[in-house]
Amino acid sequence: MLFTSYEFIGFVVLLVALYYVLPKKLKWPLLLLGSYVFYYFAGWKFLFYIFGVTGITYVAGLLISANKTRSDLQLKAMKGQDLPKDERKRFKEANRTKRRRIMAVGITIALLVLAVVKYTNFTIHNINSLLTVFHISKQLNFLNIALPMGISFYTFQAVGYVIDVYRDRHEAQRNFFKYALFVSFFPQLVQGPISRYGDLSKELFTPHPFSGRVVGRGLERVIWGYFKKLVIADRILPAVNTLIGTPEQFKGMYVFAAMMFYALELYADFTGGIDITIGIAEMLGIPVKENFERPFFSKNIAEYWRRWHITMGTWFTDYIFYPISVSSPMLKLSKWSRAHLGEKAGKRVPVYLASFVVWFTTGIWHGASWNFIVWGLGNFVVIMISQELEPLYRKFHKKFDTSGSTTYKTFQVGRTVLLMSALRLFDCYRDVPLTFKMFGTMFTTWNWGSIGDGIFLQLGISRADYVILALGTLLLIVVSMIARSGSVRDKMEKRLPMPVRFGVFALLVIVILIFGAYGKGYDASQFIYNQF
Amino acid sequence: MDELISILKEIHPDVDYSTATNLVDGKILDSFDIISLVAEIADTFDVVISAEYMIPENFNSAEALWNLIRKLQDDD
Amino acid sequence: MSEVNENKLNKAELTGTAAEPAGAGAAGEPGAVKSESGAAETGAQTKKRGGKARVAALVVALLILTAGVIYVLDLLLRPKYMGDVTEGALTAEYYNAYGDHDVLFVGDCEVYENFSTVQLWREFGINSFIRGGAQQLTWQSYYLLEDALRYETPDVVVFNVLALMYNEPQNEAYNRMALDGMRWSQTKWNAIQASMCEDESMVDYIFPILRYHSRWNELTSEDFRYWFKKDTISYNGYYLRTEILPAGEMPPARPLTDPNFGDYAMAYLDLMTELCQEKGIHLVLIKSPSLYPHWYEEWDQQISEYADAHGLLYINMLDIAEDQVGVDYSLDTYDGGLHMNVTGAEKCASYLGKVLVEKYGLTDHRSDAKMSAYWDEVGARYDEAKNAG
Repeated sequence: MLFTSYEFIGFVVLLVALYYVLPKKLKWPLLLLGSYVFYYFAGWKFLFYIFGVTGITYVAGLLISANKTRSDLQLKAMKGQDLPKDERKRFKEANRTKRRRIMAVGITIALLVLAVVKYTNFTIHNINSLLTVFHISKQLNFLNIALPMGISFYTFQAVGYVIDVYRDRHEAQRNFFKYALFVSFFPQLVQGPISRYGDLSKELFTPHPFSGRVVGRGLERVIWGYFKKLVIADRILPAVNTLIGTPEQFKGMYVFAAMMFYALELYADFTGGIDITIGIAEMLGIPVKENFERPFFSKNIAEYWRRWHITMGTWFTDYIFYPISVSSPMLKLSKWSRAHLGEKAGKRVPVYLASFVVWFTTGIWHGASWNFIVWGLGNFVVIMISQELEPLYRKFHKKFDTSGSTTYKTFQVGRTVLLMSALRLFDCYRDVPLTFKMFGTMFTTWNWGSIGDGIFLQLGISRADYVILALGTLLLIVVSMIARSGSVRDKMEKRLPMPVRFGVFALLVIVILIFGAYGKGYDASQFIYNQF
Repeated sequence: MDELISILKEIHPDVDYSTATNLVDGKILDSFDIISLVAEIADTFDVVISAEYMIPENFNSAEALWNLIRKLQDDD
Repeated sequence: MSEVNENKLNKAELTGTAAEPAGAGAAGEPGAVKSESGAAETGAQTKKRGGKARVAALVVALLILTAGVIYVLDLLLRPKYMGDVTEGALTAEYYNAYGDHDVLFVGDCEVYENFSTVQLWREFGINSFIRGGAQQLTWQSYYLLEDALRYETPDVVVFNVLALMYNEPQNEAYNRMALDGMRWSQTKWNAIQASMCEDESMVDYIFPILRYHSRWNELTSEDFRYWFKKDTISYNGYYLRTEILPAGEMPPARPLTDPNFGDYAMAYLDLMTELCQEKGIHLVLIKSPSLYPHWYEEWDQQISEYADAHGLLYINMLDIAEDQVGVDYSLDTYDGGLHMNVTGAEKCASYLGKVLVEKYGLTDHRSDAKMSAYWDEVGARYDEAKNAG
């Protein structure tokens, strides 16, 4: 069930209606049932994966929690007895180690499942390439595994849960079914956000009474999401596909066009999908953590990554970046490098090393291919460079006061947009060398003169499509500008009477219905009566 | 505490750490700064701030950080 | 509470800021569902219920209004079938025809282009209608018949058997032309179910705008002219052509891989037979005198046997076209023998009318003043078109 299918829309309408009709006790079980039905539609075999990951992390969480409770009690009892401080400490450490082991086993199994389904064939592919390089005629066979829908997202969510239980951020969820709902909550199953148990559980199991206002607000967000997805992302899609699908034909300026078109498509697609996700959850009275904060308005790439796919970024920071960079080998390395490379440079070694790991994993998490790995590392390089240039920037800013300068801000935003869009070219082209080559043609093949030759009208979208896209993008930008000072829906609620707001969203629905790129393309020529 | 402030000053000299209470939430300290901080603290106070303590609340003000260091020292 | 106050309260609740202290809303973060939902709940409890009912009523009214606007736009975006491709308009025209029909035709272009309903009226006083459509498939013929029988029970139903050669859904465009014009009923639902190609969806039929929305950039003046009202383009289902293109050599018939008609199509012929039997209608099978697609001997054999087995009349007009019907393939066809032009259609109607009157004793309605007036009107349009050609 794709978000844009009739089935999904029917499913959500039914689920929301049932949610508010059913008695309190049955509300969260309905969500669980609905989530599994939703997942079932992706393929019944995939149910085993989600069920397995849920089971393993559930048990790990329980065991860790149980150990913690038990050892805390015993520690308390020991306090009364007159024991040497060392012994308590040892006891505490021993239990902590136990918990750490349980955590390690739990998350290792969960991640192993992810690794096997996601990376086996990629690994085999690389081994085969190596075998060819060494002129060994033997080749390994690929495994026939389909990637279960959303596995990267729910595995991360479940792993985060186990770590948070270990870190004592919250207790383990004892009710298996409630925990299963946390892992499988259907709106965020396909593309995130990756929620934390501590955040999502606050409202997930609470029975919410019907409120027209809450449902209406959620619906507003859903509509906006569909607008982005159907009117913008899916409309520009044919042009993107044509441009990147025939690289030998579209070089130079067309690579630039592909880069910008793809950036727009990805942004509208991803944020639109998240708007639908969060909007549906809001309709059920469940707040979900925001995943985007107008990322293209960022001053630099580091900030962009704090505002794009936020829940993934914080996941990597909390569960990979920090643990690695404050691990004892890292601290030792830090000491050593500071002693040998000097204070300034030495300090950076551990940070950069941890960043490298984070960006490598970020890359490969996005997809099992070198394109994504190089893309991830590309981000790493850009962030490191901007970090290294920091003193230079400071000098520059001391000399020229740019604070409050709109021109400079625009320059920064433009830089962010260009850099991030350029890196995304790795998503587009077939392989890494081709991406580099195509990127290069932007500077070597100077064909901007052909911009008006009408080639853009032959990419699969018409002049009218461009008009819709331009207007849609304009609306996107205007709404983002308004959102800088707070939620647009809040502002509308404060300033516009309900019928006017209703009218605005009704208009948006009509715009989606008519100008959305969905359904079969109606082709009049299909209908011309041919003789027979 | 003074030692901690001087470490912090090294990272961002222009911040008044006696009053600032949103070092992380206000995006004054980024993750790079926090890592350097943890390394310095490990050196100076012989305390390892492990990943589980790396939440904004513990780094938002000099005082909160100081309390964390003291708590971890006590634990040992 | 006075009327004025009540209005105020109502308005405040509509905007959702009823009890919100000034400035509190400014802190609203995106996604802060919980904190905000509290605001509406603290409104004056006593009047709340009345206010809520009003809001609900307003929402319903606005929803209806929106649906209305969408429906109007839907009408604009649907293809009108008033210009080059008019076959799509045929299905709907049935509902505007006058009186109960003596004879109802169902089938593909071999009925709606080959029999002049006006001729049937003028020569025999037969009130007939052709529920035909481009590439109308057997199940569509069945359901269009079932649909017509909701309104009337004719004496004779004529079905052209060529469509039996198709055993599965063929093409979305023809499905649409056959089905979009039907009035909604269980029959239409079933007709759609039976007709849909693999990539079609029922939702697209229920809400045509979902299918036709992308016509927004192909709208022509025709779409605006026929937005709410369409012209009648047929003469009781007959599609009139006046051009002449003599029949030439037909491409040689390809050998049949399977001499039998498919099960799916035959099942619907069975249903048609049963339905007519049940209603006391004479079902007549015909093969009209179109030269192409080739009508195989094996097929003819099969239909003859079927007609015998079920006591139906089967007329293969192809065999007798020139000597008994009087078709002159150098004059009576507008596209080289595939379809009749108006002179050919009149000859076919004359022949068939005579057979039906003789066999079933159909009543001559020419003395019925109202019906005559109706046919005079149709006939006038018919003559105009015929002479203009």
